[in-house]
Amino acid sequence: MAHSNLTAADAAPVFWETEPHHHAEGSSTMLGFWLYLMSDCLIFGILFASWGVYGRNFAGGPTSHELFDLKLVAVNTALLLLSSITYGFAMIAVHAHRKAAALRWLVVTLLFGLGFLGIELFEFHHLIHEGAGPGRSAFLSSFFTLVGTHGLHVTFGSIWLVVLMVQVSAKGLIPANVRRLECLSLFWHFLDVVWIGVFTFVYLLGSMA
Amino acid sequence: MSDALTKFIFGRLTLDAIPYHEPILVATFAAVALGGIALVGAISYFKLWGYLWREWFTTVDHKRIGIMYMVLGIVMLLRGFSDAVMMRIQQSIAFNGSEGYLPAEHYDQIFTAHGVIMIFFVAMPLVTGLMNYIMPLQIGARDVSFPFLNNFSFWMTAAGAMLVMASLFVGEFARTGWLAMAPLSGLDFSPDVGVDYYIWSLQIAGVGTTLSAINLITTIVKLRAPGMTMMKMPIFCWATLVTNVLIVAAFPVLTAVLALLGLDRYLDTHFFTNTFGGNPMMYVNLIWIWGHPEVYILVMPAFGVYSEVVSTFSGKRLFGYTSMVYALIVICILSYLVWLHHFFTMGSGATVNSFFGITTMIISIPTGAKIFNWLFTMYRGRIRYELPMMWAVAFMLTFVIGGMTGVMLAIPPADFVLHNSLFLVAHFHNVIIGGVVFGMFAGINYWWPKAFGFKLDRKWGLVSFWSWVIGFWVAFAPIYVVGLMGITRRLRTFDDPSLQIWFVIAGIGAAIIAVGILAFLIQIVVSIKNREALKDVTGDPWNGRTLEWSTSSPPPDYNFAFTPVIHDLDAWADMKKRGCEVPAAGWIDIHMPRNTAAGIILAGLSAVAGFGLIWHIWWMVAGGMLGVIGTAIFHSFNYNRDYNIPAAEVAATETARLDALAARA
Repeated sequence: MAHSNLTAADAAPVFWETEPHHHAEGSSTMLGFWLYLMSDCLIFGILFASWGVYGRNFAGGPTSHELFDLKLVAVNTALLLLSSITYGFAMIAVHAHRKAAALRWLVVTLLFGLGFLGIELFEFHHLIHEGAGPGRSAFLSSFFTLVGTHGLHVTFGSIWLVVLMVQVSAKGLIPANVRRLECLSLFWHFLDVVWIGVFTFVYLLGSMA
Repeated sequence: MSDALTKFIFGRLTLDAIPYHEPILVATFAAVALGGIALVGAISYFKLWGYLWREWFTTVDHKRIGIMYMVLGIVMLLRGFSDAVMMRIQQSIAFNGSEGYLPAEHYDQIFTAHGVIMIFFVAMPLVTGLMNYIMPLQIGARDVSFPFLNNFSFWMTAAGAMLVMASLFVGEFARTGWLAMAPLSGLDFSPDVGVDYYIWSLQIAGVGTTLSAINLITTIVKLRAPGMTMMKMPIFCWATLVTNVLIVAAFPVLTAVLALLGLDRYLDTHFFTNTFGGNPMMYVNLIWIWGHPEVYILVMPAFGVYSEVVSTFSGKRLFGYTSMVYALIVICILSYLVWLHHFFTMGSGATVNSFFGITTMIISIPTGAKIFNWLFTMYRGRIRYELPMMWAVAFMLTFVIGGMTGVMLAIPPADFVLHNSLFLVAHFHNVIIGGVVFGMFAGINYWWPKAFGFKLDRKWGLVSFWSWVIGFWVAFAPIYVVGLMGITRRLRTFDDPSLQIWFVIAGIGAAIIAVGILAFLIQIVVSIKNREALKDVTGDPWNGRTLEWSTSSPPPDYNFAFTPVIHDLDAWADMKKRGCEVPAAGWIDIHMPRNTAAGIILAGLSAVAGFGLIWHIWWMVAGGMLGVIGTAIFHSFNYNRDYNIPAAEVAATETARLDALAARA
């Protein structure tokens, strides 16, 4: 760059770059997406704090110990963690420019994600059916909100995943698509991290209440 | 039509929601409708729709988006100020058994709307507009990192403002005060649509604010011109950076707490209710964890403006640049450690209150350091009392008083007396008007010539300035006094007739401020009329110090024909001192982002979904949300988002400017 040779005292200062000044296309995207993720992380932070405040406010209703089915949650957790691994495999394939393999791993990731959502919906349905819906107590309000917000994120992640698979199929692994895959990768792993918090603080500690 | 079908189509929206029985609202509606029809008619008559759509509504140019933010802020200022005047009139006549002229449910909506509009739809658009316009120019960038997102952010803010305005004529606004404290804002005590208008307008605008902050941070980190290290960055850019970090760290909290309140209202959850394990104090804590940083979000860009203005009009480098930067950062961090001072009376005990009292007082140290730095910048400077400088000096005098009453409120025992009193109301108007509003006027007067190529009229600027400054003190000194006497805020009628005189004086103050606002609008009109006489072809009318003054006024789409290289703080002052010549040949192609309609469509659909949510019109909600998702997906299939401005076009633009400069010389 022009300014790098200015340290020499005798050189006349250069004040304008007369060559085109290029920022690599999308060079800001990852930083921007990280910032978005951190803002999202704060939303989850508030929901976890709410869980901390409300998690034991059963209001005479069913308690977390009675309601949580840890075996089901273990399956669910396994599905989500596996989906993170398979997304990782997809990214390895992306960086090796193996489009077909990348798409295959993305499909597997999607299936794990959908499986996770299916189990979560089943759990929610079951709880509401038992009279333990979000309106029963502050504990359940907080539970449904935290877990549901995570589930909503997984839902949007899955929609995004489908859109990206279509775009990769149509346009290939062009830089714009790779960038998008990297963003979704961050998003997907982030949801995994959040889920580990949910699993620990909500389900494990909750079932000991 | 069957009831079920009507309910399906209209939700809980009925003809009763139209306030035709309220003469004040009918008259307002008539005025707004006539004004709106006149505006639409004029735009159609002059065939400006295509121009507005192509050049403004769909623009991704940070400068035009900045101007649209400013227009939104100024228009909403008129609405928010009308609310203020109505309150002042009510409080000056509601004595001796008089009920005044505003019924309680209307008065409560007015003070709520006044606060919400002034903070979210006046102050926020004005500071965001300034940051959007100025910061990329100051760092020598061609645009922000995510130009489309910038357009989208603006339209989300505008969509939120539109929903608030809709509440005036369809239904009602919240009657809860500007923070909608629970459980008052819960379903039990506010079953109507008012709080729902509040929630959804702020949620929609909040998306815009958060995304805009992410965008501006990324821009500062990634797009600074070569040589501009962080500590060579203009102080306004530092203020922008710190402000936007605060936004990213604070607005998600608002989003979350409003979402929880919304769940309480829509799904009968029990976060903030009095029953079933809910805890209303949780709402108060969460909303202030956002709310306190928010006031610094508003004032720090203004601090940035003052720093630029004081330095320019003192003809000196800013005194203590490094300490100014650290002061901003310290304020940023401390602003997260003081939220509890808003409710010392909650009963959290002496230890907790002491902690938050002390952290609050500590904030006055970096703030005081800034004041001293501005004073030292002026010391032995060649001070020119142009309009922006006058606003800056008025700020210093006014803001210091507001800061001192703030320190008074920070003392927990004193706060037990002053909590929720008019003393508090006077304090925060003192710092917000004296800090933020004066700062915006300083900024508008300072950068107007950059944005439009001519200065603002001085005579009307002076009328506006003096009316605002004197009007502010006449309006709020009496409020301080009655606050110390123990009068609480938000009262509609008064029993003690001896107090009336103070409220009458405050009303006169509001009238003087009204003259200030009117004079400001006249200033703009007169300046546009006299733009030839006020014209500035140099691009540097104030002998400025930072990069925005190195390009033409208004700057071309691409801001700089060549990317500037920075060697010193106050880069443009450095260039002028060392006799730098702007290259006059060798133009190159410039790569720029393309306009898009996706932003305005997404925001419009969000507003539709919000309206449906407010009125429980579920098909509209589904339609709006599916529309948003569909449009976003559709937009993501557009890979062709850039274009090249050919060198020949750059050459034409730049040669025209050089010719104008030569003609002047």
